[in-house]
Amino acid sequence: MSKKSAHEILEDEEFKSLSKQKDTVSLILTLLELFIYFGFISLIAFNKPFLASKLSGAITVGIPIGIGVIVLSWILTGIYVNWANKKYDPMVENVKNKIGG
Amino acid sequence: MQTVIGQTNPVAIFFFLLFVAVTLAITYWAAKRTRTTKEFYAAGRSITGFQNGLALAGDYMSAASFLGIAGLVSTKGYDGLIYSVGWLVGWPIIMFLIAEPLRNLGKYTFADVVAYRLNQRPIRSAAALGSIITVLTYLTAQMVGAGTLIKLMFGLPYEVAVVIVGCLMIAYVLFGGMLATTWVQIIKAVLLLGGATLLVILTLAQFGFNYGELFSQAAQRYGDKFLEPGGLVTNPVDAFSLGLALMFGTAGLPHILMRFYTVPNAKEARKSVFYATGFIGYFYILTFTIGFGAAVLVGQDIIKGIDKGGNMAAPLLAEVLGGNIFLGFLAAVAFATILAVVAGLTLAGASALSHDLYVGVIRKGQSAEKEEVKVAKVATLILGITAIFLGIIFKGQNVAFMVGLAFAVAASANFPALFMSIVWKRFTTKGAVASILTGLVLATVLIILSPTVWVDVFKNPSPIFPLKNPGLISMAAAFIVGIAVSLATREPSAEAKFEEEKLRTYVGIGAE
Repeated sequence: MSKKSAHEILEDEEFKSLSKQKDTVSLILTLLELFIYFGFISLIAFNKPFLASKLSGAITVGIPIGIGVIVLSWILTGIYVNWANKKYDPMVENVKNKIGG
Repeated sequence: MQTVIGQTNPVAIFFFLLFVAVTLAITYWAAKRTRTTKEFYAAGRSITGFQNGLALAGDYMSAASFLGIAGLVSTKGYDGLIYSVGWLVGWPIIMFLIAEPLRNLGKYTFADVVAYRLNQRPIRSAAALGSIITVLTYLTAQMVGAGTLIKLMFGLPYEVAVVIVGCLMIAYVLFGGMLATTWVQIIKAVLLLGGATLLVILTLAQFGFNYGELFSQAAQRYGDKFLEPGGLVTNPVDAFSLGLALMFGTAGLPHILMRFYTVPNAKEARKSVFYATGFIGYFYILTFTIGFGAAVLVGQDIIKGIDKGGNMAAPLLAEVLGGNIFLGFLAAVAFATILAVVAGLTLAGASALSHDLYVGVIRKGQSAEKEEVKVAKVATLILGITAIFLGIIFKGQNVAFMVGLAFAVAASANFPALFMSIVWKRFTTKGAVASILTGLVLATVLIILSPTVWVDVFKNPSPIFPLKNPGLISMAAAFIVGIAVSLATREPSAEAKFEEEKLRTYVGIGAE
C-alpha cells in the first residue's frame, strides 16, 4: 500500500467517522470508569457515615457500593465489546474493503 | 482449634507434585512448538480470546492478592474490600485505551508500539529500562512473598522455597516459552477460581446460604465498625495517588501487555480483556466472602496468631471447612499461583532484554531469528537466577513497597509514553525518552522519600515526600515533560508516519 492511498483513506468520510466514534466511545467509557472509582474513593474520604449506614440487618450501604464498583467496571467492558462487535467491526470491514478494492 | 499449617502435609505435597508433573509435561509439549521468536514470545499468536482472558487473570491474580486480601478482609473487614477494588479498576482502562492499538501496532513488547514511528535505539533503551525496573521490583516482591508463604504453609526453609520456585519458572519459560507460560497461567486460574468458589460455597453453607447471616455474625463478633470503612483512606490525596498508580499501572505492566500479542487479532485482544475483567472481579468478590468467613468461622485471634498479616486466613478457613485434604489442595493452588505470576514476569523481562535491548539497540534491529531466540533464552536464565538471588537477599525485609513501586513506575514510565505514542502525532523521540526517564526517576526517588520507605523501611521519624504512593506526581510529570519536550522539538519523519500508524491503530492493516 503506497503512502498516498493511506492518505486517501484517512480523508475518507467513513474512516473519519469510524475513528471519531471509536475515540468518543473510548473517552466516555474511560471517564465513566474514572468517575465510578474515584467517586467511590471520594465517598470513603468525605462521607464515611453514608457508607456506614445500615441497609438491612448488619449490611452497610458500603458493601453493595464496593461490590458495585467491581461489577460496574466489568459491565463497562461488556458494553465496549458489544459496541465494538456490532458497530465498530462492520465499519472496519468496510474501510478494509475500500483499500482492497 | 488445632491446625496442621506449617507442618509437612502429604496431601499438599501430592497436589503440588501433580501440578508440577502436569505443567512440566505441558512444557515438554510446548518446547517442540517453540522455535521461532513468534512462538517464544507470543505462542505463535495461537491463543483464543477466552483462553487469553483466563491466562491474563492467571498472570495478574497473585498469591499476595489471594492470601493477602482474604487476610486483610478477615482482620480489617470492609477496608479489605476498598483495597481489592483498586486492583480491578485498571482493566477497563486497558480495554478502552490500550488493548486494540497495542495488538495492532506491536509485535512482542509494548516498546514496539512506542518505537513505531520514533527513533528505535533511544526509545527501546528507555522503554526496556522501564520494563526491566517494573519486572524486577515486582518479581522481587513475588519471590520474597513466595519464600515466606511456602515456609508458612509447608514448613519448607525459605531459601529452598525460593530456589524451587525459581527453577520451575526458569524451566517453564526457557523450554516452553509463551506457550507453556500461557497454559501454566490458564491451569492456575482455573484451579484458583475453582478452589476459591468451593471455599465460598462451603462457607455460605454454614450460614444457610444467606449473606445477611454471615455479615450479622461478623458484626456481632467484631462490632459494627467491621462492616464500615475504617482507617485505610484517611488522606484523600494519598488515596487518589495510589488509585491512579493502580489504575494506570495495570495498563503499563509489561507482562500483562505482552499477553495481547498471543491472540491472532485486535478483536480477540478485546474479548480477552472482557473475560479477564470478569474473572478477576469475580475472584475479588470471592476473597471478600472468604475473608468474612475466616473472621467468623476461624476467628481473628487464631489467624493473627499464625501470621500477623493474616495471610493464612484462607488456608485456615479451608482447614476448618474441608479438613486436611482441602487445606492441602489450597496450599498447592497457592504455590501454583506464585509460579504462574513469576513465569509471566520472567518472560516479559527476558523479552525486554532480548527483543528491545539486544536486537533493537545492540544489533540495530538486524538479527537472525535463531539468534534472537537463543538470546531470549539466555536472558531468561539470567533473569531467573537474578530473581532467585534477589529473593534470598531480601529475605525478611519489608518488600511491600516494591509492589507499589512497580505500579508507580508502570503508571509513570510505561503508560504515558505508550499512550501518547498511539494518539499524538507531534510526539517525538526526545519527548518520549524524557517522559519515560522522568516517570522512572521521579517514581523511584519519591517512593524512597515517602512514608512507605523513608519511615517504614529506613525507620526515619518523618517522610520527606508526604504521599505513600507517588503516582499522582510522577505520572502527571511524565505527561507534562513528554508534551513539553515534544513541542520544543520536531520530528518530521515521525509526523509523516502517523497517517500509516493511525490506519493500523483503527483498522489493523499491516498488523502482525
